[in-house]
Amino acid sequence: MTDTQTDVVNDEDIVDTPEQAASVAKAKSAKVEIIGGPPAGASTLVARDACAWFGDRLVLEGVDLTMPKGKVTALIGPSGCGKSTFLRLLNRMHELIPGAALDGEILLDGEDIYATGTRAQQIRMRIGMVFQKPNPFPAMSIQENVLAGLKLARLKCDDKDMLVEQSLIRAGLWKEVRDRLDSPGGALSGGQQQRLCIARSLAVHPNVLLMDEPCSALDPTSTRRVEETIDELRDIVTVVIVTHNMQQAQRVSDFCAFFLAEENKPGFVVEHGETDFIFSTPKDSRTLDYVQGRFG
Amino acid sequence: MFGSLLFAGSKCSLSASDPSEALSARSRFVPIDGALSLVSGTLVEEHPTGGAAEPASTVRVKRIVTEVPSAVDRRFNFITMGAGISVLVLLLLVGLFLLIQSSDALGQTGIFTFLTRTEWRTDVQPARIGVLGLLTGTVLVALVAVAIAIPFSVFCALAITEYSTAKRRKWLVGVVDLLAAVPSLLFGLWGFLYLSDKIVPISRWLSQNFGFIPLFKTQSDASLTGSIFIAGIVVALMVLPIITSVVREVFSQTPPGEKEAALALGGTRWGMIRTVVFPFGKGGIIGGSMLGLGRALGETIAVALLLPQVPQKIGESIHILQNGGATVSGFIANRAGADSFTTSGLLAAGLVLFIITLGTNMIASVVVSKSRSGAGVDI
Ligand SMILES: Nc1ncnc2c1ncn2[C@@H]1O[C@H](COP(=O)(O)OP(=O)(O)OP(=O)(O)O)[C@@H](O)[C@H]1O
Ligand SMILES: [Mg+2]
Repeated sequence: MTDTQTDVVNDEDIVDTPEQAASVAKAKSAKVEIIGGPPAGASTLVARDACAWFGDRLVLEGVDLTMPKGKVTALIGPSGCGKSTFLRLLNRMHELIPGAALDGEILLDGEDIYATGTRAQQIRMRIGMVFQKPNPFPAMSIQENVLAGLKLARLKCDDKDMLVEQSLIRAGLWKEVRDRLDSPGGALSGGQQQRLCIARSLAVHPNVLLMDEPCSALDPTSTRRVEETIDELRDIVTVVIVTHNMQQAQRVSDFCAFFLAEENKPGFVVEHGETDFIFSTPKDSRTLDYVQGRFG
Repeated sequence: MFGSLLFAGSKCSLSASDPSEALSARSRFVPIDGALSLVSGTLVEEHPTGGAAEPASTVRVKRIVTEVPSAVDRRFNFITMGAGISVLVLLLLVGLFLLIQSSDALGQTGIFTFLTRTEWRTDVQPARIGVLGLLTGTVLVALVAVAIAIPFSVFCALAITEYSTAKRRKWLVGVVDLLAAVPSLLFGLWGFLYLSDKIVPISRWLSQNFGFIPLFKTQSDASLTGSIFIAGIVVALMVLPIITSVVREVFSQTPPGEKEAALALGGTRWGMIRTVVFPFGKGGIIGGSMLGLGRALGETIAVALLLPQVPQKIGESIHILQNGGATVSGFIANRAGADSFTTSGLLAAGLVLFIITLGTNMIASVVVSKSRSGAGVDI
């Protein structure tokens, strides 16, 4: 975690001129209005008896989980137990896979996102997603990448420059890229690309941000930056993060849910609760074994 | 001193696992030897007291290790290279044949005159022949065809890659491939006997509403059948499968991560296509269209049936919506078997077409392979 820090140009190592510092301070607190978008602010997400199928195979059964507003919830568990599937249920990405089916309810501030008449696009606008592999639009400039969500979701914003700056500051990337907002997004390093993806998701002012192993392709320094970013996002969005890194789960999350799939059985939540509690005195012995690295 | 250096070099190559590789690496050291001794010679002069280790650390000898292919690989290599080269030789032979056969007509007319003259008259003495009128028709037919085929192909490719279930995808691909298997003569006959009359109202509407564009003007008494426009539509049907298959191939290689990103941001499917699939597939669309253009330029039977095959001038007399026009290949098909001078002239026209088509195809493949999406697509 510390050994690579000396030679990597780091966001906080860059010293601002007074004007730049003033601009950052201003952008941090600025209220940028997005017209036509979801109401701003974090939302509570609740899964009730959520189940998921791929074809005839039930891979997730009876998940009841509350992801409280403005908190970070970590999903942990061995490979193949359905964490990604659950995450994709939460913003209606699951249904894009041919043969995928589901049951149960996902409530966003009390309203079922799968209710008839609710369109997937509207839900995805409110519940953003960051993927395991950084996936910026490589031919677009950094600025266009950040604004891509507005264009895609057909939203309007009267101060786009401010939105770009604010989103990049929130994602912890601003200082590194402010001089080259016109260079292509594909030309950034992996960690920078991932933070660009976070900025892109934040620019549409989502209520919830889902992250599926966002740091697994990153070096330790970039991982630390992303973790700091998550920490700073608490007030703005509810974060749900899948991670295989127990230290990371402990560092960033307030709540934690342990998923498990026994052989040839669908995945389920063994237990969930406050992170400190899950990592110190869980009720289930399987949880203790897993968080202490004894299996999985 | 170089001796020890050389020895160090060959020793390290001897330590390679394959003895034959080490041997070949060693034999490659021989030509380097001269240069090496020269360099270390100057070094010796500069550092008279320096040990053998010192020049070794400053003088780097590049060792390029190439795999020594096995007998099977060598034989296979020989066969594949042979096949590749014979295609090239064939291409050259065709070009050479055209050049020799057309020298008679080209010599009498003069290359420049041949390229810039519109009319084609062999009934006067001396004969007045030129390829410009034919080329104009050829290019216009091909452009009309590709202009019509591009949107259809792109939407067809989208329907296949983005809007279909696996089953429908298979079915659609089959249908498009079937279109490619229809002999062009049938397209020509169908266009001539059936489609022509159905297009006339469209032609009339176009000329009434867009007549201010010189190309779309029609003369009041002209017939609207047998036009370049109609020929272009029929040829469009023939190039559609080619363009579709290239575009489909390119679209299907769009990185799934980027597509998911666009959808996860709240984009519609169409929005995703515009932000991700189109920019990614741009090179493929351009390259596929040029490939289609290459095919359209050479299309023969259908145009021979559809067009009156009278060469026309650019400017005053060429109107794509009314009867008239000729293309190189259609004209050749109509006049084949004439006297030797005419044949020579026709082959000269064929040579010009050959060069243009070759050029178009070459540009097409460069465009596709240079684009981000096309790197993995062979056309
Ligand atoms: N597209 C798919 N089609 C069919 N089955 C799938 C698909 N995606 C996942 N599965 C299956 O669903 C189960 C859960 O997968 P999921 O990707 O949610 O696991 P995960 O907990 O995210 O694992 P990992 O930690 O390795 O990412 C696995 O058994 C997997 O084989
Ligand atoms: Mg996963």
